[in-house]
Amino acid sequence: MPLTIEIVTIERIVRVEENVDVLIAPGIEGQLAILPRHSALMTTLDYGELIFRRSNAEESFAVAGGFMEVRNDRISILAEQAEAAEEIDVDRARAARARAEERLRELQQRGGDQGEADMARAQASLQKSLLRLRVAERRRRAPGAPRPGG
Amino acid sequence: MATIRQLRRRIASVRNTAKITNALQLVAASKMRRAQERALQARPYAEKIQLVLSGLASAAERGEDIAPHPLLVERPVEKVSVLHITPDRGLCGALNANLNRSTGTFIAGHEEPVQMVAVGKKGRDFFMRAGVEIAAEFTELGDYPSELETNAISRLVMEDFIEANVDRVYISFAEFVNTATQRPVVKQLLPISPPRMEDEEEAQEYRQDYIFEPSPEDVFDRLLPRYVDMLVYEAILESAASEQSARMVAMKNATDNANEIASELTLTYNKARQEQITNELLDIVGGAAALEE
Repeated sequence: MPLTIEIVTIERIVRVEENVDVLIAPGIEGQLAILPRHSALMTTLDYGELIFRRSNAEESFAVAGGFMEVRNDRISILAEQAEAAEEIDVDRARAARARAEERLRELQQRGGDQGEADMARAQASLQKSLLRLRVAERRRRAPGAPRPGG
Repeated sequence: MATIRQLRRRIASVRNTAKITNALQLVAASKMRRAQERALQARPYAEKIQLVLSGLASAAERGEDIAPHPLLVERPVEKVSVLHITPDRGLCGALNANLNRSTGTFIAGHEEPVQMVAVGKKGRDFFMRAGVEIAAEFTELGDYPSELETNAISRLVMEDFIEANVDRVYISFAEFVNTATQRPVVKQLLPISPPRMEDEEEAQEYRQDYIFEPSPEDVFDRLLPRYVDMLVYEAILESAASEQSARMVAMKNATDNANEIASELTLTYNKARQEQITNELLDIVGGAAALEE
């Protein structure tokens, strides 16, 4: 029996999908692949890319932390934030990366330890933008995937 | 007795008012639909986290030597905080008054000192005037507040609680019952009383059959703050839907009333006009009769 997956955030239902063959998720203790008949599992998620495949197609999502429950071939993902690859605005992600890099340089030059929280925040947003870019890139290269915007 | 010209002017003004309230009603109706749609989208996450949390609450039961999660700690109550959620704007019937009364009664019934975190101008203004300590205020969240904005609120409340500035936190908001009814409710938010699973069999399954990564305690501890985030987001969303539906109903009543007044005035106006014509005719006929003699 194939998998049924449901990706939700506090704000919205991101995706509900049936007949999935395999799901690869960014678990907190490393990537994990879930196949049908997996035993019941509850794990926290890291920043990362979430991919599901079925016979000939593959789709990926950028996920920023959260939880995943696997039970009786039903997978529920309670994500902090989640975006399907085709929803990602590449230009905006690029701009965000540039902003984060700029901010990091600035903070490094200034030095001192009062900026530690700022530093962490800048690093987090850099990480996030890189992740979104990576996910968007993969989609573009994926064979057979319709190009965004036709 | 109003003159004909005065009547005409009043009719025009009442009709204009009806046009405005009608427009407001339509806007509120569409905003309400969107707010309800958003509430619907938030449902699955809420249900899921509740289910998992209730399952875990029994699975993650720890020994007595391990301290419970800071959001679960029951302390002797010395200070209370109320998260009071109201609209920013009026023109929504009795909703604001009802909300403020409900929270006011709640505060008055407490012996411990109470501070308030106010979301929305109407509640803030009311309790500022009443002399309640406003610890923080969040206004202009807009018609469709995002999770990012509401998280700022829930994080602040949790921090206050964890640092033991307050020992109990309540949340007061307008529950959306249906389009015609919004009920002000006050609920305890912190310390969290995790939902309990009623089905013992299902709870058993959580205790025994699950693999937890990294551990049940860790998952549980991470879920708790998200649960509070979700509760606050849900309450604010529900308040937004309540505000729009209250406004829609209030504006519909206003439009109906204005139309009724306009039709009454039109009747009076027509009578007055008829009377004037009759009088003029009488004058002319009387004048002609006088000339003939």
